Amino acid sequence: MKRFAYELSESWKIAVAQMRSNKTRSTLTALGVIIGIVAVTLMGTAIAGIQIGFDKSMAVFGDDVLYVEQWPWKPVDDWWNYRDRKKIKTEYAEPINRMIAATPNSNLVVAVPTSSLLRSVKYGQSEVSNVLIRGTVSDYLITSTFDFKEGRFFNELESRGGANVCVIGYDVADALFPSEIPINKLVLINGQPFKVIGVVSRQGTFLGLFSLDSIVVMPLPAFQKYFSAKSDSDVLVKVKDKTKLAEARDELTGIMRRVRGLPPEKKDDFSINEQQALKSTLDPIKSSIAIAGLFVTGLSLFVGAIGIMNITFVSVKERTREIGTRKALGARRRTILLQFLIESTALCLLGGFIGLGIAYVMCNGIGKAFPSFPIHFSLGLVMVSMIVSILTGLFSGFAPAWTASRLDPVAALRYE
Amino acid sequence: MIDIENITKDYVMGEEIVHALRGVSLQIRSNEYIAIMGPSGSGKSTLMNMLGCLDTPTSGCYEFNGRDVSAMDDDELAAIRNREIGFVFQTFNLLPRADSLRNVELPLIYAGIDSETRRERATRVLHDVGLGDRLHHKPNELSGGQRQRVAIARALVNDPSIILADEPTGNLDSKTGEEIMALFESLYQRGHTIILVTHEADIARHARRTVHLRDGLIESDDAMVLGELESVALSKIDHRTMNPLLRK
Repeated sequence: MKRFAYELSESWKIAVAQMRSNKTRSTLTALGVIIGIVAVTLMGTAIAGIQIGFDKSMAVFGDDVLYVEQWPWKPVDDWWNYRDRKKIKTEYAEPINRMIAATPNSNLVVAVPTSSLLRSVKYGQSEVSNVLIRGTVSDYLITSTFDFKEGRFFNELESRGGANVCVIGYDVADALFPSEIPINKLVLINGQPFKVIGVVSRQGTFLGLFSLDSIVVMPLPAFQKYFSAKSDSDVLVKVKDKTKLAEARDELTGIMRRVRGLPPEKKDDFSINEQQALKSTLDPIKSSIAIAGLFVTGLSLFVGAIGIMNITFVSVKERTREIGTRKALGARRRTILLQFLIESTALCLLGGFIGLGIAYVMCNGIGKAFPSFPIHFSLGLVMVSMIVSILTGLFSGFAPAWTASRLDPVAALRYE
Repeated sequence: MIDIENITKDYVMGEEIVHALRGVSLQIRSNEYIAIMGPSGSGKSTLMNMLGCLDTPTSGCYEFNGRDVSAMDDDELAAIRNREIGFVFQTFNLLPRADSLRNVELPLIYAGIDSETRRERATRVLHDVGLGDRLHHKPNELSGGQRQRVAIARALVNDPSIILADEPTGNLDSKTGEEIMALFESLYQRGHTIILVTHEADIARHARRTVHLRDGLIESDDAMVLGELESVALSKIDHRTMNPLLRK
């Protein structure tokens, strides 16, 4: 064991001396690994960033909320079966809530109706178009996570009475009130004035597709009064215990069938959606992006590894006599194997460190230049890169090191 | 100490089988100074590789300190070489980027000796061969004679049973060669066993016993008349170069 430690430290010394005496060669060889590690690391940060963005987007739906909608959250082949379904109506919320109240030990808490469409919002000379206008009730806060930057959500009284009040998203506030406080100002939607009573904090985008901050929420009766035509409605139902999501789903299905008055032989004519289902639909897409990305960048690392393998073979060839001498002096096969493995690993580690440094700088640069670009640099990634570098070194060094360890000392000593 | 019984060694060269050794028997006792001579192709290098445990015989028996070497595997042979044999090569075979001290320490690393003891022992043998002031010189900063002294120090550092020198003066001018031979002589005087492989009669004359090989067989094995040898040896020893050793 002690001898192993001495051999190990000796091998490290040789490896470092070797790299220093062949600076150009070592640098050029390490360059392959540097490029490989930069590529793999950047890909890793991008994948981590996508994952974080994905999780954030998914969190918007809440993991304990069921969505009663016409369409399911997954691709369907028989779209015509869904197209002719009856629309979901906001009025369903009331019977659902009644039935929840009537069920002992119900897994459901409350049903919240929402109705949405796209309109532009005006204030003075400014106008924002394609804002999601949503009508709902005060219980909406139970099913959705909203942080308020300023002001508040509408209360039950305003909700029932259909007061002309609204809560605006971060982007809307930003566009319409760049230098004013929006609270108590009147905005025009479809020519109707609404008083701003709250501003929601920044929510970000959904999978980078659309902004979650371009939104206006108002009481449902007010919404129906002015925008009922062509709006999409659904019912959100909060679940009591998210570990019993399946039971809650079954219960809600039963309730919805009764609301729709479906006889037992008929199929459901509505969809109950949840975050988890959406996740499992989107996860494979995300995974294949990750795998494809890592494969392509991994190829560049592989090319780097071949470079290291090649140079280690050259090194073994050049130092055949040295290997013979070492063997004559008592170096065992393992010693020689270790020596060359460490040389290739040291090269790869050097490349790994430099590559990681470059990747770090690039990540920061990209993060500064494009804040919306999903990139996430983590300690875990650093560890993985280092481990990948070491594995690359072992992989690329093994064949030459094995050759060296098997050299016949007599032939090696005589080698010119 | 060394007991070789009727060993043979065959090499396959292309289609042909070369019989490098055709049945050599040799006994070497402790504290002998023996020269193995012969023209090229006589099998003396092969015999040296056998004696040095760098190679195993095709047939026959080789006992080293009572252990059967002919049956050992690579790693066991490496251990024997490390502890029992000190090699001195014609071309010195020093590690170019390591200083004298590190070169001499190398066999001790393979023996698993801690760094403090390594340093201390390497320093001592370097002093013994007269290089106490060249500890941190790299081979390219040393003369040929000094390089060979480093190599001899490296051969000595593990306190081996035999020192196996393959044409140790072949790459040196004759004056430096004589200095190296004087060093061997003093090692012999201090009780080391030395096996010299050479084709030069002048060099072989330093040994107390000479074995001539021809065509893979021992042609003659005669210890020289002691008196004659001593007169030869003494006349060649330069006492000034011996100084650091005599002080010891």
